[in-house]
Amino acid sequence: MRFLRITLIILLLIPNLSFADDQFERNKITKNLRCLICQGQSVYDSDSDFANSMKILVDKKLEEGLSENQIYDFFKEKYGEWILYDPTLNKNTYILWLLPILIFLLGGAIIFKKLKFKN
Amino acid sequence: MKDKLVPSVIIIIFLIIFFIFYKGLQETNIYTPRSEIKKDIPIFSGVKFDSKENVNSSEIFNSNKFYLLNIWASWCVPCRQEHSYLMRLSENNKVILIGLNYKDNFSNAQNFLTKLGNPYETILLDEDGTISIEWGAYGVPETFLIHKNKIVAKYIGPLNEQLINEINSIIK
Amino acid sequence: MIYSVVGYYALILGLISGLILIYFSVQNFRNSEILDTKILSLSFLQLFFVVISFFGLVLSFVVSDFSNETVFNNSHTTKPLFYKITGTWGNHEGSLLLWLLVLTLFIFIFLLRTNNQSIKYKTLTTIFQQIIIIGFFIFLLKTSNPFNYLFPIPEEGLGLNPILQDPALAIHPPVLYLGYVGSSIIFSSALAATTLKMVSGSWATHIKKWTLVSWIFLTLGILLGSIWAYYELGWGGFWFWDPVENVSLMPWLALTTLLHCILVLEKKSILTSWVIILSIATFTLSMCGTFLVRSGILNSVHTFANDPERGLFILIFLFVLIFISLFIFFFFHKEDQKNSINLFWLSKESAIILNNWFMMYFLSVVLIGTVYPIFLDVISSEKISVGPPFYHKLIIPFLIPFLIAMAIGPQLKWIKSNLESKKILIFLLFISILISYLIVKNFDKNLLVNTILISSAFYLFFITVRDFFTKKFKNISQNIAHFGFSLLILSILFNNLLSSEVITNLKIGESYENSKFKILLEDIKQRDEKNYSSVIANFKIISSDGKINKMSPELRIYNQPNIVTSEADIKTTLMKDKFIVINLVQNQEYFNVRYQDKPFMLWIWVSVLLLSMGGILSFLKREYER
Repeated sequence: MRFLRITLIILLLIPNLSFADDQFERNKITKNLRCLICQGQSVYDSDSDFANSMKILVDKKLEEGLSENQIYDFFKEKYGEWILYDPTLNKNTYILWLLPILIFLLGGAIIFKKLKFKN
Repeated sequence: MKDKLVPSVIIIIFLIIFFIFYKGLQETNIYTPRSEIKKDIPIFSGVKFDSKENVNSSEIFNSNKFYLLNIWASWCVPCRQEHSYLMRLSENNKVILIGLNYKDNFSNAQNFLTKLGNPYETILLDEDGTISIEWGAYGVPETFLIHKNKIVAKYIGPLNEQLINEINSIIK
Repeated sequence: MIYSVVGYYALILGLISGLILIYFSVQNFRNSEILDTKILSLSFLQLFFVVISFFGLVLSFVVSDFSNETVFNNSHTTKPLFYKITGTWGNHEGSLLLWLLVLTLFIFIFLLRTNNQSIKYKTLTTIFQQIIIIGFFIFLLKTSNPFNYLFPIPEEGLGLNPILQDPALAIHPPVLYLGYVGSSIIFSSALAATTLKMVSGSWATHIKKWTLVSWIFLTLGILLGSIWAYYELGWGGFWFWDPVENVSLMPWLALTTLLHCILVLEKKSILTSWVIILSIATFTLSMCGTFLVRSGILNSVHTFANDPERGLFILIFLFVLIFISLFIFFFFHKEDQKNSINLFWLSKESAIILNNWFMMYFLSVVLIGTVYPIFLDVISSEKISVGPPFYHKLIIPFLIPFLIAMAIGPQLKWIKSNLESKKILIFLLFISILISYLIVKNFDKNLLVNTILISSAFYLFFITVRDFFTKKFKNISQNIAHFGFSLLILSILFNNLLSSEVITNLKIGESYENSKFKILLEDIKQRDEKNYSSVIANFKIISSDGKINKMSPELRIYNQPNIVTSEADIKTTLMKDKFIVINLVQNQEYFNVRYQDKPFMLWIWVSVLLLSMGGILSFLKREYER
């Protein structure tokens, strides 16, 4: 019973659920683009001239019907891989993405080997 | 023997890491995008500065001469410094200067040209900065040397004596 | 000028005391009686000199003594007094002096308060700590002297960056350093204990309170940094996976894992290797972090000095410490007698080992993400960026089993457990999934991932709440901490899901309207303050239910240095924050306006406070039990 009460309280506490976010796609893309003249800010977060121009351009490309990846390719071609915050999986970044997973598996293996589990 | 293996491997790994960090210190961390040499110029359309008519890039870069696209703004201090070099270059009929006025106020830009001279055959407006991005630029001033619709050279920052000499030798 | 002179010579004296301390400790290592009093007095003397030196710098800032190069570079006569004082540590040299202060303070208190350990252990700890301290003295005096003399004496200083003139940021370094630098004592004592082969349950009890102190301050320090970023930097975010942030997170992850391992070591004699390695790793990560952000090797939002000479020194210093630690670990630490430990699947020990496993994974993700660009650049001259998407993709999937393990773990007993009240545990899991589904299905973003994620956070939430009722005050500190963590994840998730934002351009008198609210730019006012002039935009926000809010973001134009900053106006209420910020658009008459609706921001801060509260309670419990 207690738990149902708590559940109700939580559900009531959640305010007007706002769902529509028309800028969602554009925000997602600009969050992934680096502002080149700022020290470590995304185009989304930055209000610099460059960032604002980038936002306008992203809007234009979206209107032209380019997909998210096509837009990334467009900017990569102009500025290089550095402009993307989400490192694409290519020969340069295999280690980046796989090393943590490898460490996880390795850690698990070591633990299971060193500790004998009984039931 | 096996006992020594793990420590040795770990020590070697740390030594490698040390050397990589050491080398990393020597590199600069200021990023300049790869040069655009030999790339095709972007296709775009813009608005002319004076007449306000629309024009396509193909109409502008349509001869076999060299073109120099210079991104400038009246509020940009280094642009003033390089302007005299641009005026000199404009006298050389081997190269056509095209101006790209970046995020500027029209009357301020006009004043700038009246005071310091107009070296450009054509000036395009880039009010929102998107045309500059099409060129792969990210600030002012930046200058592109173009020949046969390909980017031959790119200069970030104001032009100086040395760069002007370089341009002159290319367009001979 | 006198303050700087005194400060400088105090530094030299501090260094000399350290050298004497090491010499004395090594010479008299076998003679306990002399050591006991002498190392305490010498350590106090060293602390005394560092305090004098530190105040020498503070007073130089207060009187705006521009003959001191550091003061000249970082202060200005028009700066408010409070920020003149806090500006002392808002720069590279001053912050290093703060490092020294914490390092010497901690070893002194350690010697003062440690009564039930052997003198050899205390001496050895002092020796290791002094290696670090002397390293920093040399670093300061040789490459980062806070007391460089400028002649001719400038009339005015170059000013402190106005973004750093903020109360939260002012106390963020001291609090953070107490945690970050404080982990040095864990490092030194672990090395000492390993050398003397005394890493055991009783040692774990002794070191636990130091671990707690370091952890509490580190948690609070990170919190202050995030609060500052949120309120001050103007983009409405609080964590960006920027190298400087990561660099404070990594020791925190190691320290949290260490805390859990010490728990186990106290009760059972296992995980000694874990404890030693983590003790070393925590401070090593702190040093590594210092290297990464001060050497200029990384590009980040708030890098200090970009000086390769300093970078080289720290790099060598860091690796000297690493190799000393490696040597001691491999030479002195022998594995426990039994080569493999027998554990039951369902036991508290297994749960903590599982925790270690996941935490080390999270640590490796943050570490690799931060340093990989350096490696790639050196090896292949390719430059890439690693940003939030990387960290989110690798961490979030693993967070799900982690949260559930956090819930179940405390239910298990030591050695063997058959997990009582299975029914209730499963029932709560069911409820969590149900609630999450009902909430998430209103959005069309990633239904499955969000549901599972939110369910696991809710599960931890419900379990910890239930534990309050069933276990009452037993293990209250652990309960509060885990509850705080669940609240943190829930707040972040809901904030993410429910936030909305509007970016638009407005002139005076114009408004923007959508189905939820209307934003009207009423007017612009100007105001002149002591060291800046500001442009204040007065907005009226009318929400769809008729509520009116007045908000006034500012643009500040500082005189020294000559920059413009954007001050957001943030209205914080219990359930949500309203966030608005304006920016100038080059050469136009309108302003760029960014308005954000951000639910549960307050709860994010509160939950981290709860987290640290758990630590504080645990610490007090220990003190009380003494």
